[in-house]
Amino acid sequence: MKKDEVPQDLGSLGKITKEVCYATDSTGKYVTQLSSGWDVKTKALDVAWDDIKKRVEHAREQVLNKTASPLLFFMEYRLMDITILAGYTGFWKWQVKRHLKPAVFDKLPEKKLQKYADAFNIKVEDLKSMTVHED
Amino acid sequence: MKIEFEHRQAAHCESGVTSNLLRISSNNKITEPLAFGIGAGLFFAQIPFITINNGPAIAFRTLPGHIFKRTCKSLGIAVTRKKFSSKEKAELFLRECLNNGRQVGCQVGVYYLPYFPKEYRFHFNAHNIIVYGMEADKYLISDPIMEHPTTMDSYQLERVRFAKGALAPKGHIYFPEDGGGITDEQIRQAIKNGIKKNVNTMLYIPGSFAGVKGIKTTGNKIKKWRDKLGLEKAGSYLAQMVRMQEEIGTGGGGFRYIYAAFLQEADAWLPGNRLAEISEMFTKAGDLWRTAAVQAAGIYKGRISSQEDFDLMGDYLIEISALEKEAFIALKKIKWQ
Repeated sequence: MKKDEVPQDLGSLGKITKEVCYATDSTGKYVTQLSSGWDVKTKALDVAWDDIKKRVEHAREQVLNKTASPLLFFMEYRLMDITILAGYTGFWKWQVKRHLKPAVFDKLPEKKLQKYADAFNIKVEDLKSMTVHED
Repeated sequence: MKIEFEHRQAAHCESGVTSNLLRISSNNKITEPLAFGIGAGLFFAQIPFITINNGPAIAFRTLPGHIFKRTCKSLGIAVTRKKFSSKEKAELFLRECLNNGRQVGCQVGVYYLPYFPKEYRFHFNAHNIIVYGMEADKYLISDPIMEHPTTMDSYQLERVRFAKGALAPKGHIYFPEDGGGITDEQIRQAIKNGIKKNVNTMLYIPGSFAGVKGIKTTGNKIKKWRDKLGLEKAGSYLAQMVRMQEEIGTGGGGFRYIYAAFLQEADAWLPGNRLAEISEMFTKAGDLWRTAAVQAAGIYKGRISSQEDFDLMGDYLIEISALEKEAFIALKKIKWQ
């Protein structure tokens, strides 16, 4: 890639920091050139987030239909799987799986709910009511 | 406490941290491309049967931690690395290092990194930063992919140092020991070793999923994605591949440009070995990877969708595989002058 071909399409990262690309100058020598983004990869990132949004919406429906506890919603919202959530809370994976059942979740003591809330970086009441505050 | 430290932005976090940590002992000679090449950073693999974030597990670089380890070892620099089960002990050790005037590398997860844009926060645990001091109750952070240094408080830093999931950092901290400085002869030898290692990882890993063979295998797989996964999921898979290839921290073209830059610098250290010529082959490979990314984007944007479009996409990778094979064979055949 030539230095003057380094794309400068403003992406979500470009608003915060430019990134270093390696490209060749007019004599063919490698130099670093800052890029504020590339449309091709901005779109790739959009695709990833669209997929996540769909998963979050699907989880929300499952919680509203009482086929899953709010944990599922926040797991998807925080891009976590059971392994990651078990890691952050210190619960075993089988425990997390149990807590995904609405009937079990509803009976969880405050202390355990707090661990989940901490892992998701939210408040316990928001966890119970499936409320999202953008951060 | 603030340690004499100059933040320098880099393309890739680990080669950036490595070259920044070695800046003083190498007297500015170990640049980012040199660290990347000496650490034999270039790679390709698609790990079979595993998905990451519901997409294919594709890597364009070597395993996290290898670049730092290999580069230091090759240059004859002793290294201290520690992981912790206790968060308190991890912070205590960090403070001790800073008190001794030492800047240190830390492996962190990016999901809870406060200065990262939200769109970039995934549970990726192999990011690297340098901590170079403390002011009031904030740690001074040099994240090589950011333009400017930044800070984190104790809780924020603890959270990312103890991120959970695959490749959990467990408080991993590392730094090169002070040595007697690096000689030019050591650098020349390290460049040769790095090239030799990278020839091995790209040409001779058994199986069909890694190295130049892996690129071809993935190319052939892509041709089947349309029928096997359906258009939407195939598009998501391609998008994930492009992100691993072009996203922040790659220097563009799936690390091929940074490797080409390494060979060009290596040519100045070891003239008469055609390294500049071979460097151009990697530039060409990087350009082809980007052409392939544009084709992939056509698919995940929904602009093109036929089987021929997937075939062309796969053929790009097969072409790249042949080109990189030729380049690594040329590197292998070098009789060092």
